[in-house]
Amino acid sequence: MIEIKGLHKTFGKSCALDGADLDCGRGSVCALMGPNGSGKTTLMKSILGLVLPDSGIIKVNGKEIKGSYEYRHDIGYMPQNVNYPHNLRVSELFEILSELRSAEKDEELIREFRIPGIFGKKFGQLSGGMKQRVSAAIAFLFRPSVLILDEPTSSLDPLSAEIMKEKIRKSRQEGCCIVISSHHVSEVSEMADRLAFMLDGKIVIDRGIAELKNGTGEIRLGKIIAERLNMN
Amino acid sequence: MNITILKYIFFELLRSRFVISYAVFLAAISAGVAYFSNDELKTSLTLLNVVLFIVPLVSLIFGSIHFYDSEEFIEFLLTQPISRNTVFRAEFLALASSLSIAAVAGLIPALILNGISSTFIFLLFISASLSFIFTGLAFLSSSMNSEKVRGIGLSIIIWLLMSVLFDLIVVLLIVVFSNYPLERFIIIVTALNPIDLGRILILLKTDASAMMGFTGASFKDFFGSTAGMIASAFSLVMWALIPYLFAIRTFRRKNF
Amino acid sequence: MIRIRLNITVLLITLLTASVAGSKEITVCSTCGVTTIAQALAESSDGDVIILKPGIYKEHSLTVANRIELRADEGAVLDADKKGPGITIKHDSVRIAGLTIRNVDVSYINDLSAVMVDNVSGCVIERNVIEDTFFAIYLAGSSMCKVEGNRIQGQAKTESSSGNGIHLWKCSAMYVADNQITGHRDGIYLEFVSSSSIRGNYSGRNLRYGLHFMFSDSNSYSGNTFENNGAGVAVMYSKFIKMTGNTFKNNWGESAYGLLLKELYDGLLEDNLFFRNTAAIHVEGSNRIEIVRNDFIENGWALYLLGNSYENKVTANNFINNTFDVSSNSSRNNNFYSENYWDKYKGYDLNRDGTGDVPYRPVSLFSVILEKSPESIIMLRSVAVDILDAIERVIPSVIPETLIDDRPKFTRYSNDRDKGTS
Repeated sequence: MIEIKGLHKTFGKSCALDGADLDCGRGSVCALMGPNGSGKTTLMKSILGLVLPDSGIIKVNGKEIKGSYEYRHDIGYMPQNVNYPHNLRVSELFEILSELRSAEKDEELIREFRIPGIFGKKFGQLSGGMKQRVSAAIAFLFRPSVLILDEPTSSLDPLSAEIMKEKIRKSRQEGCCIVISSHHVSEVSEMADRLAFMLDGKIVIDRGIAELKNGTGEIRLGKIIAERLNMN
Repeated sequence: MNITILKYIFFELLRSRFVISYAVFLAAISAGVAYFSNDELKTSLTLLNVVLFIVPLVSLIFGSIHFYDSEEFIEFLLTQPISRNTVFRAEFLALASSLSIAAVAGLIPALILNGISSTFIFLLFISASLSFIFTGLAFLSSSMNSEKVRGIGLSIIIWLLMSVLFDLIVVLLIVVFSNYPLERFIIIVTALNPIDLGRILILLKTDASAMMGFTGASFKDFFGSTAGMIASAFSLVMWALIPYLFAIRTFRRKNF
Repeated sequence: MIRIRLNITVLLITLLTASVAGSKEITVCSTCGVTTIAQALAESSDGDVIILKPGIYKEHSLTVANRIELRADEGAVLDADKKGPGITIKHDSVRIAGLTIRNVDVSYINDLSAVMVDNVSGCVIERNVIEDTFFAIYLAGSSMCKVEGNRIQGQAKTESSSGNGIHLWKCSAMYVADNQITGHRDGIYLEFVSSSSIRGNYSGRNLRYGLHFMFSDSNSYSGNTFENNGAGVAVMYSKFIKMTGNTFKNNWGESAYGLLLKELYDGLLEDNLFFRNTAAIHVEGSNRIEIVRNDFIENGWALYLLGNSYENKVTANNFINNTFDVSSNSSRNNNFYSENYWDKYKGYDLNRDGTGDVPYRPVSLFSVILEKSPESIIMLRSVAVDILDAIERVIPSVIPETLIDDRPKFTRYSNDRDKGTS
């Protein structure tokens, strides 16, 4: 469960977040959309504590996160892309993570994402797609109650993307709170039940997908969003 | 304290190409110096100059490069339930201790060829201390600059300042104010620069101290006394601690 | 030199013929007719030989008043037991050989010594062992004596409570050779001594100087080794001194020199080795000294010339691994350097004649700074100092233009003297 109120963040002169509010409850998938530079990644990183907001409140599972790191036990995160140290082996990374989390790994998930085949490899030897598969697995690895996925399917191979979508659906059924950023309208309308559209650091649209569709009679989500934006 | 990360980064650095070649490079120099001088004291003095020149430079530049190269992984680690302090401390301790070990290991050939002496042990201690101090300074300059080029540039400037300019300024001051009693001033000033402090502590242990005449005698009195030892150790510890604390303060406020 | 040898030969011949012509032998031992040295001396007359058998003779304040020869067997010990001086020689042409003399106490009133030579001519003091005495061999107002092959070992603790090993005062034509002197105030001391030769001695671990010359003209010392003495060797207020083939080494300390030259005129310093001395040669108010073919290796300062020294010539020396090659407190150069080998020389030799094509500047900027502000020694061996020196070498601005070696030797002069550097 994520509650965000009045989040502000400026980097130098540019304003990344300008009073963003967001609520994402248990068992819901909240999709963040918006053009590049609208603040999606900054918002996600704020939830993770990577970006320290100037003002505003972020609560994860009911507790404010400021100055704390333990809450990240409940969070699984998949970044857009990440470079792991070249000499690090996949198996080593998994060991480090389970030592850090002191929690059981989801071995079935590891198999699902076809990780065992590359366990012995160093990250320097892996392709971009393979690295993303590892990142995807890591996000779900410790059965977190909150998932933050930054464009999760964009650089995954089609098979892994399908597994990913399946995992998202399942997690939602299990009562997780999931925040996804995406550029793909189809993907959003397929998976999400809420849409938050960001523009210049603000969330300008925040509605349930069904509600959005009902209001207009239009089926294509993209068109609905465009109309909505014009209204504003 | 969570040492998982520390352990991992430390071993990763120890087997990294850079740290190994640094140790091998120093080992080649120290073996060469020891072989040709064949005299423990002369070896210590020559290696002292090498150590005072190279250890700060390598620690500063490699420290900065390592910091920037690790940034993405640090960011990844920070998405895990682990505090910024822990990650930063792990990075610092891992790098500083692996550079110290490389420096000490690099000097071992001289120890094997020329035998052990208290001066040489002292030299090892100074090498390790300087590794810690200048790794801290490297992390400070890197955490203050998000741009890699500027961070490394600042590290080089810090090196120039502390190993060259500082001494030039002290010489200048000594010459300009040569009519005044300067001993106390010089003692304080040298204790302020870890490179000078290391150099003087070692020089006073060797027979080069005889060349320092009566001026040297007063230095020797001070640095040889318990108070002087405590002051020197305090200065070295502060030099390792203060940049580290400033760096960690910057790091905790950093946005990734 | 030749004159001295001649004198000694003449003396020996005199001694020998004297003993043949109607002299008697007196043997001293605990079971002999004569049991003490004092008794033997009392019974002796000119030309007699006293033979001392092994045993410990607790006697002191002995006086030799006749021309006799005292020949001690190995193991014959004169133990003064700290009650007074040992033997005083008051007659010409006396010989004392092979005797061990011990325990002459420190005195602040008299120069108590193991052997005192008082106003005589032609004595021989050889192969004696002198241990734990205030002064060991003290020669005053004498001439044509030979002091050779003695082993002198003191226990000096402070300068004021110790005497010199071999002490010569107002003497001439003396020959001091192959002695070993340790643990005294000065190893060998000369004051108002002329035309004498000091050769092949070893003088080490003495509190003050290994060799101390004052007001002593026309002497030579050669082939001696001076090592680990408190302040090295001092040659002062003298003229026409020849110093050749000596080794000055390990004279380290805050005010130690290999060799201190003070108001010395017309000396020659040739073929000496200076190894690991704080200052190899410290020259003060000395003129016309030739410093030729010496080795200066690993000294703090190789040459330290004060500005009041003129027309000294430094040629064909090796300067290797010295912290400072030449230092001076003067901004003018009054001395002459040529054809030396300097290991710090960075020039080139394009025409391959063995001589560098650009002059060498033996004075470093740091040594000049050091002269002005001694405190700057704190920057010894710092990177900044190396940079300063390098800049001064490229763009000379402080060091006098004339202070150069215009013909620096490109390769080191070879000799086998560096065997001493170990």
